[in-house]
Amino acid sequence: MVTTSTTRPVLTSHLLWVVVLLAALVVLLPYSAPLFSWLFPQLERPVYVQEPFAWLLWQHARLVGLSSLFAVAVGSAIGVWVTRPAGHHFKPLLESLLAVSQAFPPVAVLALAVPLVGFGELPALLALALYGLLPVVQGTVSGLQGVPAAQRQAALSMGLTTRQCLRHVELPLALPVWLSGVRTSVIINIGTAAIASTVGAKTLGSPIIVGLSGFNTAYVVQGALLVALLAVTVDMLFEKLAQRVAW
Amino acid sequence: MPADKRLNPVLASLSVLVVLGVGGLPFLQLAPNRLVSGQPVYFFSTLHGPAFAWVGLFAALVVSSVAAMVKPRVGWLWAAVTAAVASMPSLLWLAASQASISLQGESPMARAALGSAFWWALVLLGLMVSSALQQLRATPFQTAAVSTALLLLLGGLLVSGACNDLSLLKEYANRADGFAGVVARHVQIILLALAFTLAMGLPLGWVAHAQLKGSRALLPVLNMIQTIPSIALFGLLMAPLALLAACVPALGRAGISGVGLAPAVIALTLYGLLPVVRSTLAGLQHINPTMVQAGRALGLTHFQILMHIELPLALPVLLGGVRTAAVSSVGLAAVTALIGAGGLGSVLFDGLFANAQDVVLLGVLPMVALAVVVDTLFKALMAIARRRVHPW
Repeated sequence: MVTTSTTRPVLTSHLLWVVVLLAALVVLLPYSAPLFSWLFPQLERPVYVQEPFAWLLWQHARLVGLSSLFAVAVGSAIGVWVTRPAGHHFKPLLESLLAVSQAFPPVAVLALAVPLVGFGELPALLALALYGLLPVVQGTVSGLQGVPAAQRQAALSMGLTTRQCLRHVELPLALPVWLSGVRTSVIINIGTAAIASTVGAKTLGSPIIVGLSGFNTAYVVQGALLVALLAVTVDMLFEKLAQRVAW
Repeated sequence: MPADKRLNPVLASLSVLVVLGVGGLPFLQLAPNRLVSGQPVYFFSTLHGPAFAWVGLFAALVVSSVAAMVKPRVGWLWAAVTAAVASMPSLLWLAASQASISLQGESPMARAALGSAFWWALVLLGLMVSSALQQLRATPFQTAAVSTALLLLLGGLLVSGACNDLSLLKEYANRADGFAGVVARHVQIILLALAFTLAMGLPLGWVAHAQLKGSRALLPVLNMIQTIPSIALFGLLMAPLALLAACVPALGRAGISGVGLAPAVIALTLYGLLPVVRSTLAGLQHINPTMVQAGRALGLTHFQILMHIELPLALPVLLGGVRTAAVSSVGLAAVTALIGAGGLGSVLFDGLFANAQDVVLLGVLPMVALAVVVDTLFKALMAIARRRVHPW
């Protein structure tokens, strides 16, 4: 359909520019000392040099990538299972679990993961993977439920087995809604990964946290610019994908 | 439907998971002070003498759940609800009395923290109650009665002083003086942001409805703001606000600066705009145009049409967006503690940086309760608004 792809035409055409801007920032920020010392003359060290920005970006992307991979695999499986006859009794349970978890902010999950596995990258991975599950499950369930009963019956009466019907009819039809669930999950995880530097993971949030605790506004701005650009870039990528799979 | 002939295994599996978790996970953690990780105490080692009655309670829980699976009768389901509701305060009481016994003669620094078995059981028992009530198709009144009973039992136990040896309550006692202020600050951030969001979002939604072209430009911008992670948005607001306060001293004297309340409220306001504008737009768009035409034919002014026709009809949908904004702002307000805005997030991060799990919980639990309260409140408001639109 034409209508589904017209939600954000202005911004998506800017994807290339955002990617270029992100790359340029990563490369040029280490040389930006004159600019930041002009903006914040009272700061002795105007540019974050503890770790290179490119490495932080890679760490951030790896953390989000690994946890999202888990969240997408497990979340989709759970979503498919509760919409099959075998698991349909568990659907109300899952719905109440999803409703409860909405009251839990991501930062709380992050903080509660620390006593379980200690400081470092592990609690961040755990919290991101768990928190990322929810939107994926929700997207899978509402995508599969949105498949019109008539289409499923048509497929089944053509002689498809229930498994073939799932694979060739239901899953493709549920794809756009599933993808929007994955998109929400990944975007939330990019933000939570930034806060994860408070539990000892090295991410693009590290300059922000170091800057906040050391009253170095320049660090905060540098980290915040990169995190914001990363999130916007990934969101635009998903927008492109969404246009691809729209029916 | 053929699927309905299958037995419903939800309650039975949950009850088995409760028993396995309570038996296998640490029930309490004992530590000489709050900085070291403690020694686990397991549930069955806390049972001696009359405490073996707890085994009977678990037996009742499993038996009623399995019976409700094999013969889904109303009686068995209510038995399962009763057993699950009774188990929650019982477990808390057992943990608290075991904590008092274990800490006898220890230094006041010694801590007895609730272990993972307790939290595991609490969550699963709560899910059991809710799914049993769903299977019973309980009326809202019955659900409210069960929730009230549960809250009274747990709350009464906490207030009675029987649990004061648990480290969660010891940490609360340490902070009791300032705690109401912390909660009030959290609520203040949320209310201020909500007020600004409504003041900006409602007119913006109305304008977007009046000029659909405008909404095509507005919504992508709001969408992009929503995409930016909270901590990055706070950071990006810090520098301009600090600059503004430096250039316009009057603003600085009014308390506006790069850290604290101002960036927190601005960021939360910006996050709330997308759901509020989108729901205002959706609410106005789904109104039957003949209603507005009827109003115009009666000679109502634009303002009267807005107040007496459009707003009441759009209200149920509109409130849905405000609910989303309000509930998510409870969690977002936690992150604002990092930029010095205070609130429950400051307790959470205190605990995180001091490696004290119970201080973290002291920040998280009121936050979850607050989110549930806000959610329930808006659900009730939506029900009232819907009844006014469709009184039949």
